[in-house]
Amino acid sequence: MKSSVARWMYKRPKFRLVALLAAPTLWLVVAYLGALGALLVTAFFTIDSFTGDVVAQFNLGNFQDMLTDPAYRNVVLRTLGIALSVTLICATFAIPMAFFMAKIAKPRNQKILVALVLTPLWASYLVKIYAWRSMLEPRTGVIDWVLGPIGIRSPGFGGPAIVIGLSYLWLPYMILPIYAGLERLPNSLLDASGDLGAGNFYTFRRVILPLIFPSLVAGSMFTFSLSLGDYITAQIIGGKLQMLGNVVYQNFSINLPFAATIATIPVAIMAIYLWLVRRTGALASL
Amino acid sequence: MRKKRLFSQIAVASAIALVLASCSSSDKKASETTLPKVEMMKSLGAGEGQVNIVAWAGYVENGSNDPKVDWVTGFEKETGCKVNVKVGSTSDEMVALMKTGEYDVVSASGDASLRLIYGGDVAPVNTALVPNYADIFADLKNQQWNSVDGVAYGIPHGRGANLLAYRTDIVNPAPTSWGAVFDANSPYKGRITAYDSPIYIADAALYLMKTQPDLGIKYPYALDQKQFDAAVALLKVQKPLIGEYWGDYLKHVASLKSGGTVLGTTWQVNINLAQSEGVKVEGIKPVEGSTGWSDTWMISSKAKNPNCAYKWMNSIVSPESNAAVAEWFGEAPSNAKACDLTSDKNFCTTYHAAEATYWNDVYYWNTATEACLDGRKDVKCVPYSEWVKAWSSLRNA
Amino acid sequence: MTISNKARYALMSLMGVGLAFIYIPLSVVIINSFNSSRTFSWPPQSFTTQWWSKAIGNTGVRKAFGWSLTAGLLATAIALLLGTSLAFAVSRYDFFGKEVISLLVILPISLPGVVTGIALSNAFNQQLGISTGLMTIVIGHATFTIVVVYNNALARLKRMGTSLQEASMDLGANGITTFRLITLPNLASALFAGALLAFGLSFDEIVVTTFTAGPGIQTLPIWIYNNLFRPNQAPIVNVVAATLVIVSVLPIYLSQRLSQDSTSGGRF
Repeated sequence: MKSSVARWMYKRPKFRLVALLAAPTLWLVVAYLGALGALLVTAFFTIDSFTGDVVAQFNLGNFQDMLTDPAYRNVVLRTLGIALSVTLICATFAIPMAFFMAKIAKPRNQKILVALVLTPLWASYLVKIYAWRSMLEPRTGVIDWVLGPIGIRSPGFGGPAIVIGLSYLWLPYMILPIYAGLERLPNSLLDASGDLGAGNFYTFRRVILPLIFPSLVAGSMFTFSLSLGDYITAQIIGGKLQMLGNVVYQNFSINLPFAATIATIPVAIMAIYLWLVRRTGALASL
Repeated sequence: MRKKRLFSQIAVASAIALVLASCSSSDKKASETTLPKVEMMKSLGAGEGQVNIVAWAGYVENGSNDPKVDWVTGFEKETGCKVNVKVGSTSDEMVALMKTGEYDVVSASGDASLRLIYGGDVAPVNTALVPNYADIFADLKNQQWNSVDGVAYGIPHGRGANLLAYRTDIVNPAPTSWGAVFDANSPYKGRITAYDSPIYIADAALYLMKTQPDLGIKYPYALDQKQFDAAVALLKVQKPLIGEYWGDYLKHVASLKSGGTVLGTTWQVNINLAQSEGVKVEGIKPVEGSTGWSDTWMISSKAKNPNCAYKWMNSIVSPESNAAVAEWFGEAPSNAKACDLTSDKNFCTTYHAAEATYWNDVYYWNTATEACLDGRKDVKCVPYSEWVKAWSSLRNA
Repeated sequence: MTISNKARYALMSLMGVGLAFIYIPLSVVIINSFNSSRTFSWPPQSFTTQWWSKAIGNTGVRKAFGWSLTAGLLATAIALLLGTSLAFAVSRYDFFGKEVISLLVILPISLPGVVTGIALSNAFNQQLGISTGLMTIVIGHATFTIVVVYNNALARLKRMGTSLQEASMDLGANGITTFRLITLPNLASALFAGALLAFGLSFDEIVVTTFTAGPGIQTLPIWIYNNLFRPNQAPIVNVVAATLVIVSVLPIYLSQRLSQDSTSGGRF
């Protein structure tokens, strides 16, 4: 019985394909794309000014509000700036760390180092951000307490604090793909480069960097997109600043169409980003 | 060639998404602001075995957070109604949750209650079925945010005023007016705080109501466009003075303690907590009066467990539970008999629970609507959804 | 490999700086779990173990841990099923929509959580009228974790090629037997690595969960969110976080053990 099913299946590759694809496609297209589409359509609707109920009447008022108010341009630029800085900082930290882990540390230490980098992923997000609040508190925080005597002061709460906090949260997500990429890189390649007379830096720039570029992009998918949509970090250590996510969150339940309108911005930014990195093969190394 | 293929694939995928989206999107017509007709419960029957509640953190405690803090287990034993709670973090979220129809009861603040009433999401409450209603302070009953035309839509739970906090060791002289947080030349620039919510626009409106009578503000939650713009303009002046806006009170108290914040909006519970941590801080109700909140237990118009819901509403405002929840959360209880049952005998004095005159100039949070709440018919007022937009805009300007 | 000693030491010290950056805030969490101040003021004036004993008596946190575990395991199971079958389809067949589907699978993790969250919440509550509960959390989590399983499986399937399977079939095994005895064992470590990352992503997820959790269900991050902002409870949260860090050694140890016998399982 079992083998006859197997034979029947084997003779019909089309059927096998459909069987394989049906569930995931249904899930992604119906559950996810459908939900996303419904949300984006809502951006063209409006609300009953009293009850907050969505009224399905096509209009562009929300987009007009968003585009004419300079506040939204500010928050988009600020959020983009923060997400890019976080990505850059994570990359700057992650490349040497991953390189050390993959190519210099002894194999036994390698595993310990990976474990050490992974551990903070399990301490809750919120707790880590509150720990940074303790660190950054002006005058009485850990940074001012330790480094104050030598003249280094905490930046306090605001944009730099958000960048530090988010870099902290997402750093492991950047280290891991780069580490995996470097691990796959044969040592002989680096030796060859050295034998041909290239210095360390030259080898790094012309051999290593191009080869780990997809891993770097894969890591940036996390650091960039997670930063783009964050709103909790800004609430806790952002001082007066808000990010795009805060605006979406604030409007979500009182004015869903407007929240949806704002949400089109990160969706558009990520669509462009995905489009740009699609060719690098990075998407396969997430 | 490949590129073309991808484009056609994307086109197909987005077409599917759009079709799905448009079939599913609701076809609601714009409704007029009339009161939806919702039937009131006539009599109580047997419990359904459970009740689903949306509440503020700390309102529904079953001992799982602190074994001593528990007014749910007794209720469950007594009535056989199992309590399922969903903690709402903002009023807006609570409204959204109530719209799902999955919940029977909500602890709605004034910036949510009218929306729920006019949205048809909550039903009038038959107060005869809530015996403990008789002991509720009279000045909390049948108010603008919990009733319509004398029909009660909820059971008052507790209240608090939004006070002005200041560090007594740093702020000198002690402030007496909200002007202290709106003074562009304040010596405490960068160390002032404000509540991080669109409802804070009402605080600015209240200050203008008392200091600029020619604007004609009568009620901080009924602002026509001109008055609204004036309030927002005042907040723009205030923004450079602000160090942080606060939403969660851990952050607020930590900041008062570190001295990052020395002046600004607060709640009594924060003052008590900071003082217990040794912070030299005081909270006052300034001469202009203040905004405040009064929460109301409301029952869903689509309640699946109405009997248990009524039992819950009665139980939570019983003197015992009301005292316990008021102390745990840090607010003035609504039940007059609760004051005898608090573990701290000065509790009701600290929170001015029974002092009717104290609350005379406290303007409880209310939902601004297009129809002006102060009764003006000649102008349209700015609805709350516009408050939210204005707040987003202000915060990011 | 020839790396100058100077570069070697430079890299080593950068590694040290990186680890310090990671661990100083974590030690602050652990110290604060003994800090007698309820608002974590620094430096601690005095120390106490009362938060630890309170946390032990706290049944809410244990329940929340249970919900997180259940949601994480269910979401991971779905992600495994869907991610693996999609990886098979993409690696072994050519079909219309292949490129779009491989972009689509990445979309949920690349779009901000707040967008995914409100989209799902809107779809569940307003459009479909589904009651939110454990299942809606699982749906949300599975949606954005499919990709990690998919990518791990796809990479392994591409590297494996089809020759082993063909050999098995030539020797008379049918498709199911081949899958069971050849394909699956070769895929296992990649699937495990993917599953572990999927579980990890689900376990600490807060944004999508906020929008999809139903009444009576608090995952651990939601419990933390609800409790962190109440000063009476906040110190206990530090205890929970400190415990999580310690407990996390177990899954990390497992993943390390598993990656020992595979060269590419070490993506996590």
